[in-house]
Amino acid sequence: MTLAIEISDLTVWFGEGAARSNAVRQVSLSIGEGESFGLVGESGSGKSTVLRAITGLVPSWSGSMRIMNRPLGAKRDRTFYKQVQMVFQDPYASLHPRMTVDAVLSEALKLHGFGDIDNRIDRLLEDVGLGKGFRFRYPHQLSGGQRQRVAIARALAPEPRILLLDEPTSALDVSVQAEILNLLTDLRAERGLTYLMVSHDLGVVGHMCGQVAVMQTGEMVELLGVEDMRAMKATHPYTKHLLDSSLRSVR
Amino acid sequence: MSNLIDVENLWVKFPTRNGIFDAVRGISFSLGKERLGIVGESGSGKSMTGRAILKLIRPPGRIEADRLTMTGTDVLTASEKEMRKLRGHHASMIMQDPKFSLNPVMTVGRQITEALRTHEKVNMAQARARALEMLDAVAIRDPERVFDLYPHEVSGGMGQRIMIAMMLIPDPEILIADEPTSALDVSVQLQVLEIMDKLVAERGMGLIFISHDLNLVSNFCDRIVIMYAGRIVEVCQAGKLHEARHPYTIGLLNSVPNLGSPRERLDVLRRDPAWREAPSVSALL
Amino acid sequence: MNTPTEPTTLRAWLLAETPTSRRQARAASWYQGWLTLRSNPLTMIGLIILVFIIVCAILAPVLATHDPFAQNLGERLKPPGFDGHIFGTDSLGRDIYSRLLYGARISIYIVLLVAMVAPLLGLIIGTVAGYAGGWADVVLMRITDIFLAFPRLVLALAFVAALGAGIENAVLAISLTAWPPYARIARAETLTIRNSDFIAAIRLQGAGPMRIVTRHIWPLCISSLVIRVTLDMAGIILTAAGLGFLGLGAQPPSPEWGAMISEGRKYLLDYWWVATIPGLAIFAISLAFNLLGDGMRDVLDPKGGQ
Repeated sequence: MTLAIEISDLTVWFGEGAARSNAVRQVSLSIGEGESFGLVGESGSGKSTVLRAITGLVPSWSGSMRIMNRPLGAKRDRTFYKQVQMVFQDPYASLHPRMTVDAVLSEALKLHGFGDIDNRIDRLLEDVGLGKGFRFRYPHQLSGGQRQRVAIARALAPEPRILLLDEPTSALDVSVQAEILNLLTDLRAERGLTYLMVSHDLGVVGHMCGQVAVMQTGEMVELLGVEDMRAMKATHPYTKHLLDSSLRSVR
Repeated sequence: MSNLIDVENLWVKFPTRNGIFDAVRGISFSLGKERLGIVGESGSGKSMTGRAILKLIRPPGRIEADRLTMTGTDVLTASEKEMRKLRGHHASMIMQDPKFSLNPVMTVGRQITEALRTHEKVNMAQARARALEMLDAVAIRDPERVFDLYPHEVSGGMGQRIMIAMMLIPDPEILIADEPTSALDVSVQLQVLEIMDKLVAERGMGLIFISHDLNLVSNFCDRIVIMYAGRIVEVCQAGKLHEARHPYTIGLLNSVPNLGSPRERLDVLRRDPAWREAPSVSALL
Repeated sequence: MNTPTEPTTLRAWLLAETPTSRRQARAASWYQGWLTLRSNPLTMIGLIILVFIIVCAILAPVLATHDPFAQNLGERLKPPGFDGHIFGTDSLGRDIYSRLLYGARISIYIVLLVAMVAPLLGLIIGTVAGYAGGWADVVLMRITDIFLAFPRLVLALAFVAALGAGIENAVLAISLTAWPPYARIARAETLTIRNSDFIAAIRLQGAGPMRIVTRHIWPLCISSLVIRVTLDMAGIILTAAGLGFLGLGAQPPSPEWGAMISEGRKYLLDYWWVATIPGLAIFAISLAFNLLGDGMRDVLDPKGGQ
């Protein structure tokens, strides 16, 4: 099996000198192609920073990262953006307020050098469960769930192999969350995508992912399979605590 | 006559360019000395209901009701001055994000003592003592230190506990909590809710807990009102949530991914247009 | 939902829930803005005054009763209403009403030129500084600060003194002094926009900085700049009038409003209309722009919008 994502000893920091603070410390993980991997932790645990480091949105990191067996340097190239795409947490902030769905998708397609844009946009909208009727709408004319579908369509535009999902449903109502999670499940099955999903919700991660890494204050404290997680077979006290609170809140 | 709040046929209306938008459409409920949960998705009118009770709907929004009384006072006819007395003294409200509800340029202690002193004549030393006591009650370990901190120096969970302290210090009879923990991490969430729950129980207050999270509400309430599109579709006892019959309630319960019972696909809520038009269920006591 | 019914009226077409083409979506969003603008009566008053002044300027040759430059020393300083002079005559016996009409052309010309040059300059400098950050930001912003440190009129005076008097130079001087606030606004907006998720998303599509700044940041900065420019119009007109008043803007016999006041000030006590009437014209156009600017804020502010 080829590895889609391979990260070893990743450290990410903000600020320099005395003001330096390490947001992520010595994190290593590897995700096989077609797998779905969850990163769990509370706010400030550095889980989203790992995603941002992969995509090159944070400048200062050390360690090594490989995507599809290609090492990542300081800059990301077009091949990278064609392989890896990201869906953001807040669908209200991830779409340009002055651009129609059509403009968002056609720009993404143009940037990746696709032709036949009209048909591709219709197909993308179809794939994420939105009809053609949504094509010329502005974000403010869409509900949260519909916006997130547009964001997913944008991420699918370059036909990537890997999707990074940064809390893709935490800003949505539970019933809409179910729709989006089902959509993501279907897309992965159809396209053989690899998911790296960040969430604070163990229920969501347990539903979506095969393997789960737990992060606390920038460090990865535990890595466990989803079966072990369901069986409450966690060894680290923090993981136990998380599992316990999440089970209690759904009783 | 022992009800804390009685609401009959409450409407909240907003004029828009395309006519009047009804955020709340003729709901009736009452609050005794109990913990009432109001659950619904965004746009269901649950937050508007909470605000309408305290007359916190900004113009051009309008409140209409056949009856809206709180601890014996008629909210509909009350002047703004009477409402100010009512808010805080009789009923307090906790909002979603402590970051936005605490004043960033005032120390925590000052805000709490201020909350007390606007409702009661106490001197500074007494106010301080009461505030420290209150911080202690919301399980803040080092109240003396926290008293002099600014809101940005405390964590989200602590901020929300401070909010609770601030809201409870004038000794209100009713607490309205609007998504008090949805900005917090899961493990902190429970802690904050447990503190809120304990204080409400100790003081024999009435609680209205507004949330989108049906499971969470069922843990901390006695009675649950489920709202959809500005109306109440179902009322049930918290312990009997599994007996809920309305397809919307069942749909909400089933759409949550559950660690304990894995499924290939999650159940998706199929919205029936008839739900919108069905008459509102009364939640009067 | 996928079968758009044929719209029957233009209004229905514009307010359609599901636009079917790029053109319709754009037209609909303009129409929504227009509806918001229209719902504010004060804004409409501003717009009406402005349209009125523009129409007057365009139709000046038709509406004018006299030649604005024709002197008639026999009829100097006549009061309003005298022998066909609606607003009276000035110290050289020229018809003030006709001069006012032609003066409107100059005022609008100045305003348009400044409104095109200054915000564009500010937009480019501000967004580049904001997006690039680092030393580029420091250098550009210190330059901005230097310009901001001078009182506007004094700086404009210095420029005009160096470049020579005249309308074009006045415009250039005003533009050179007016851009720093726009650069500031554009930079502040850019700083908030550049960290937003939608910019991160487009970066992940492989878009370069040029494209991000011009296609994604500019459209969002422009709205706040338009608001600010509309509100500044009054100031620009007053600066132009001030330069005219000081004899460094439009040169006599040009009927620029500021210059007209300047000429009339000698007679202010005995022949009030000579200075007052162009003064009222400046007041009207400034007020109109301010009212319009307030309304534009409601329409364009992306934060408050919809």
